[in-house]
Amino acid sequence: MRNGPAVVVAALAIGLILFFLLLPTLIVVPMSIGTSPYIEFPPHGLTYKWYEAYFSDPDWMAATWFSVRIAVATTISATVIGTLAAVALVRGRLPGKEFLQALTLAPLIVPHIVIAVALYLFFAPLGLVGNFYGFVIAHSMLAVPYVVITVSAALQRFDANLELAALNCGATRIQAFFHIVLPNIVPGVAAGAVFAFLASFDEATVAFFISGVEGKTITRKMFEDIDFNLTPVIAAVSTVLTLVSLVLMSTIEIARRRSDPDRRG
Amino acid sequence: MPATPVMRRPFLRGSPTSSREYGRTPSLLLVTPLLLLLSGGFLYPVGKLFWGSIFAPQATLKHYLRIVEEPLYLLVLWRTFEIAFIVTVLALLLGYPVALAMARVSGRAATLVGACVLIPLWTSVLVRSYAWIVLLQRNGVVNSSLLEAGLIEAPLQLLYTRGAVVVAMTQVLLPFMVLPIYSVVSSIPDDLTRAARNLGAGGLQAFLRITLPLSLPGVAAGVLITFVLSLGFYITPALVGGPSTLMMSTLIGQQTTELLNWPFAGALSVVLLLATLLLVVVFRRALALNKGFKLG
Repeated sequence: MRNGPAVVVAALAIGLILFFLLLPTLIVVPMSIGTSPYIEFPPHGLTYKWYEAYFSDPDWMAATWFSVRIAVATTISATVIGTLAAVALVRGRLPGKEFLQALTLAPLIVPHIVIAVALYLFFAPLGLVGNFYGFVIAHSMLAVPYVVITVSAALQRFDANLELAALNCGATRIQAFFHIVLPNIVPGVAAGAVFAFLASFDEATVAFFISGVEGKTITRKMFEDIDFNLTPVIAAVSTVLTLVSLVLMSTIEIARRRSDPDRRG
Repeated sequence: MPATPVMRRPFLRGSPTSSREYGRTPSLLLVTPLLLLLSGGFLYPVGKLFWGSIFAPQATLKHYLRIVEEPLYLLVLWRTFEIAFIVTVLALLLGYPVALAMARVSGRAATLVGACVLIPLWTSVLVRSYAWIVLLQRNGVVNSSLLEAGLIEAPLQLLYTRGAVVVAMTQVLLPFMVLPIYSVVSSIPDDLTRAARNLGAGGLQAFLRITLPLSLPGVAAGVLITFVLSLGFYITPALVGGPSTLMMSTLIGQQTTELLNWPFAGALSVVLLLATLLLVVVFRRALALNKGFKLG
């Protein structure tokens, strides 16, 4: 059935497209370990001085910790708010449910530049620009749709009869939720939490606008340095950011495949 | 006769209709935090931006008229759609074969193709845009490779051109095209193509008459997502583009940070948002009609 040359040509073409897809992710690693202070590829010598420069620079470290703190707080708030809302959206009797669902997803559809400018105008007079709490509000809003989506999917797979059984045995709604429902939707909640963390940690557009001179995120600092001072330190930071994303996302991808009932056979 | 204390029967607790549903009051309580977050962090700020574009302080449409009256802004609007269109077409041309391959291969090859699509998706947009600067700048990877190969004599100006914006945006958005097509193609039963081939169709004919038509819902979803995302994309055009590639998003950014013309930035945002919403609504309606047609 296979006709030789056509298959080879197709495989080659797809290989080229995949190379195009991967190239930007791969290129930053050799950049970050090259000795030359200028962009040079392939690098002539190997060094870890750009990582040293990153980890010993107080500005980079301040931006990194600011981002980590925001991302952790965003993960907690978006996961709690999103999980509660998903329960009501999937299982509750709510007026205007469809409108609520559309509203929840709106931050994903509305261009981030519009949200960024709007938040900047709103936050500036309130002193929330460059402020930890301002960031947590903004990023929670951007991250909460991911949590609602993953938790809703988990809730739809959950057999409501189990909860009914718990209620029949005398449990209250709240007991039934914590002892029966929650343990069953943990994979969805965990996936939502990881998405929320990355939605905040990697977020660049809104962070660019609502960062201040003091409070700036790692993405805003990268953006500035790319524009003014293109050193291999940025490649080192990029590699670190990419590693964080890849480790977190592969973890949930692997967990998802393991728990996928279709694949367990 | 005094009422004897009866033990409440547990299964009568909860709502009378069905205990599978949460009642109205608890449901409302559960969504309240979300509503507060979305109102304070999204609806109010965006509404305020729009309000400011019309009432500044008196009702005026001058900021909107400026967009259509000044040739520069009309050009920017046109260019935004043009670039979004080119990016979407390129993403479709490159993404469709990848999605098809992803659905057809199995084992190690499937893991490899999947990783090649997911790894870029999981890499921060900022990192990928930075990588494109490294690749495309004057003494960048592309120019030095071309020089070494003797294909060019002097480095080309690649960065800050329309080509750079298109190539970088295509790469950044490509996974959003591949994944919806893949999910539809992988759900087409193999039997259909096999049946077509048994009935005498060639490989190409089976593809054109079975796989391609059945994959169209995925294509439509991919096209919609890619087009909508490219219309409002900020980071990549801001970093790899220049003055000649000013788009709606970068113009809004410039009006806010450099010129401090917030009412005008608000008007531009309204236009961008309306264009986005209109596309989503029209596209979804077209999809719904298409489905109805197929069923009928």
